[in-house]
Amino acid sequence: MKLIFELGAEGRGLSLMPACDVPDFTLSEEREAPLHLPHVSENELTRHYTALCKRVHGVNDGFYPLGSCTMKYNPKIDEDMAALPGFTQLHPLQDVETVQGALEAYHVLGTELSEIFGMDAVTFQPAAGAHGEFTGVMLIKAYHVDRGDTARTKIIVPDSAHGTNPATAAMCGFQVVNIPSGSDGCVDLDALRAAVGPDTAGLMLTNPNTVGIFDKNILEITKIVHEAGGLCYYDGANLNAVMGVVRPGDMGFDCIHSNLHKTFATPHGGGGPGAGAVGCKDFLRKYMPGPLVVEKDGRFDFEYPEKSIGRVKMFYGNFGVVIKALTYVLSLGRQGIPDAAKCAVLNANYMMARLKTKFDMAYDEICMHEFVMSLVRLHDETGCSALDVAKGMLDFGLHPPTMYFPLIVHEALMVEPCETESKELMDEVCDIYLKLYDMAYENPQALHDAPLHTPVRRLDEVAAARSMVLRYQFA
Amino acid sequence: MTFPEELKYSRDDEWVKMLDDTTALVGITDYAQSEMGDLVFINLPVAGDACEKGVALCDIESVKAVSDVVCPVTGEVAEVNEELADAPETLNNDPYGAWIAKIENISDFEELLTAEEYRAYRNC
Amino acid sequence: MGSYIPHTAEQREQMLALIGVKSLDDLYKSVPHDMLIGDKLALPDGMSELEVREKVTAMAEKNKVFKTVLRGAGAYRHFIPAVVKSITSREELVTCYTPYQAEISQGVLQGVFEFQTMICELTGMDVSNASHYDGATAAAETIPMCKDRKRTRAYVSATVNPQVIETMQTYCFASNTELIVVPARDGKTDAEALKQALGADAACFYLQQPNYYGLMEDAAALGEITHAAGAKFVMGVNPIACAVMKTPRECGADIVVADGQPLGLDTNFGGPYLGIMATTNAMTRKLPGRIVGETHDVDGERGYVLTLSAREQHIRREKASSNICSNQALCAFTAGVYMAAMGADGMKQCAKLCISKAHYFASELEKIGCRLKYDGEFFHEFVTEAGADCQKRILDALAAEGILGGQCVDGGILWCVTELVSRETLDRAVAIVKEVL
Repeated sequence: MKLIFELGAEGRGLSLMPACDVPDFTLSEEREAPLHLPHVSENELTRHYTALCKRVHGVNDGFYPLGSCTMKYNPKIDEDMAALPGFTQLHPLQDVETVQGALEAYHVLGTELSEIFGMDAVTFQPAAGAHGEFTGVMLIKAYHVDRGDTARTKIIVPDSAHGTNPATAAMCGFQVVNIPSGSDGCVDLDALRAAVGPDTAGLMLTNPNTVGIFDKNILEITKIVHEAGGLCYYDGANLNAVMGVVRPGDMGFDCIHSNLHKTFATPHGGGGPGAGAVGCKDFLRKYMPGPLVVEKDGRFDFEYPEKSIGRVKMFYGNFGVVIKALTYVLSLGRQGIPDAAKCAVLNANYMMARLKTKFDMAYDEICMHEFVMSLVRLHDETGCSALDVAKGMLDFGLHPPTMYFPLIVHEALMVEPCETESKELMDEVCDIYLKLYDMAYENPQALHDAPLHTPVRRLDEVAAARSMVLRYQFA
Repeated sequence: MTFPEELKYSRDDEWVKMLDDTTALVGITDYAQSEMGDLVFINLPVAGDACEKGVALCDIESVKAVSDVVCPVTGEVAEVNEELADAPETLNNDPYGAWIAKIENISDFEELLTAEEYRAYRNC
Repeated sequence: MGSYIPHTAEQREQMLALIGVKSLDDLYKSVPHDMLIGDKLALPDGMSELEVREKVTAMAEKNKVFKTVLRGAGAYRHFIPAVVKSITSREELVTCYTPYQAEISQGVLQGVFEFQTMICELTGMDVSNASHYDGATAAAETIPMCKDRKRTRAYVSATVNPQVIETMQTYCFASNTELIVVPARDGKTDAEALKQALGADAACFYLQQPNYYGLMEDAAALGEITHAAGAKFVMGVNPIACAVMKTPRECGADIVVADGQPLGLDTNFGGPYLGIMATTNAMTRKLPGRIVGETHDVDGERGYVLTLSAREQHIRREKASSNICSNQALCAFTAGVYMAAMGADGMKQCAKLCISKAHYFASELEKIGCRLKYDGEFFHEFVTEAGADCQKRILDALAAEGILGGQCVDGGILWCVTELVSRETLDRAVAIVKEVL
């Protein structure tokens, strides 16, 4: 397919700007470099982008069981509400008296998420999950620094963690202590006990963890860290399994981030914008990024926390995303939130039960919202890897599960169906997965060759990395 | 897979070619390159820097992984093979020609293996 | 209550039976029983779509939307062509994930590749990433790109948007980096002070162009001073201004960042926007975040993939220079569509309208007795002198007429005029200000 730069003709374009109605003013120094931008008609423009859209698979196009990403259905009312001019046309530096509704939106969602998190305060400033992790670990840093406890230089991270956890700890100036997981995929308590000490700043943990299992020792884990003087950070990537059922605050965590674009149904937009709400217990509130929204006698205002870590971003957060999450949480409410979590767990267990008739499960026990299959045996016996099986799915119009994560499971495929998929669809998908399993034995070459029916076939990633063509070159 | 007799090998999959008593060339073994797959980048060390046995000298990247090149000797980086920056594939195609760094003033070594011992160690 | 769960009661039973448990609660047996919140969850009841629409719309209606906006200071209301929203609200684009499965994600990948190209064109740089969170976070993340063992201090001009400086300070507190603010003189960076401040341990100097007060800095000269000290020169720019001003590359920048909001995104009470990050070939691998590259498939067909991934956290973990995972892909796509719709001519016209109207407004304000706080060329923002009382009188009078006046800054008002404001409206604003001076 052509790039937009290969379309159109010099001199072609849209009629967008009016004539100037004031005297012309020109900068004394202007750019000399030519500016190559597309020169297309409006018709060419829309056809080009329509063609691009047809080469994308979204949640609206079909099953999207990307483990750890929570690709649930994105309700359309959420989009409608976020598009209200009363929100979109607000300037972020308007006087607070003129944006009471916007602050109310932040306040209402903050209150409801505090309840779901089991925390006392929430900020929406972080723009994404990893950005929320940064904010949360900075709260831990500020807490220790404020107490003069500067010997706490280490953050403990299990080896099954998302890469963002160790990367975040390092960005915040901490040394990372990786601890191995036990054979059940959970935290090895002895390894944790051996790792903690007077240099422990905190622990970063996902629960349910990245293999889809709720760590039954969670209270013991947070206790071990607290007794050593560290704090516990909850990575909310997997909150969808437990929202409204069990609260991270009650598990002993001190702060948390939640990806609104996972658990709270805001769309992912091809990789963003997301939003990473961060919650904390009362004793950490004074370190929160400023400003926070507060309510006094029905009036909303901004407040700068006393010992704030400072801003982590311009303004207050990805407001448009927050409105979508607000609409979602208001819609589901007290009954719908836990029901969504339970059905996410139901769907994952249902698919696992159907698939374990042939596929090997990395951990064969009741899972939470996702489960991990290990295709090591299949690979050894047929030569078909997890990648081959995933590529085979593409020809059936399915988005494959997450591949090769978590790193502690070899030939991993991690399936997260989400609560919004029907039994009928999951049955169809399971039939296809099982068929692909058989195909690996009967005709492995077909899987090595897959996909055949996608807009492009397997792409040469080595060539991309070596040749580094990262932009179009104009003649 | 080949492991030239005249080289010494570390358990972290580097080869060492002694030029004299205190100077050596260092690279990665055929086994290391095959485990990593197609290499797309090497983060070369800097000439003049000190290096220490058992500590990362630099790292190499494939499309899906990054791996440390662990220095088998303690000394000083005298020279680096700048050509690898533009052609990391040489590490795949000619692992023993693609020296990464020349180390001088070597004062200490890891316990190094002969080709035969290394072949037995890696079972290949 | 609202629910998006499709299961019938009967289906729930069938599924539980196959799993081999009796109830949904049995699925949570690994959770310590006391920890389950049960019916103590203190949330309001769920709502039907009609009710939730009424509730959220009521919140939107409590806000005041100004017909005319003369305030910028980091967020700019510009004209957005109709095609932009029509294309970028398509559900495939809105609901897809990061393009890990390239074969079925070519649309997003190609759109981002086109965006990267346009950003390189606009800034004059060699390489752009697929976007960062916003301009401030992008600015903060240039510091680790420049630091090494010997060069450990970062510098920023006092004429940079204070919220950007504050964000950089937070990131520097995180990484235990010293951030030094280089003072301003008459609203611009004090070149002499910069020269004095930069030492052998200077990693980078960050300059905003046009600066927070709207003034055009002598970027090339400041770049030379920075390079003479062996540090990297980082510029934060306004992407609309880039269509006409000397490009960052022409000013010697090693890294360029911007907030991409002016490129087709609503001001939206502060977000989502997008961070733009571009650099030279030499620093490509230091760029954080996703990057799309061109390649070919097994049949030789051209295609696009996420590339240079081994820089990133999911592979490098604690050794990664940034923890960024997602980006603002849909916003980047939007900026791409905006620039494609505007074309080079449209972008230049837009920039010239902004400059001309801002200068017209400034001169009309001067005619009624307002004084510009700083001399020097500006883009579409400028500061008039005003004490606290005066600021309030002016802004209140304008607000009463549906006009959002400028941003209060120390001893003045920072005004912004974009192509959206007609001469007639500017004249009316001047008349309103005149009444209360």
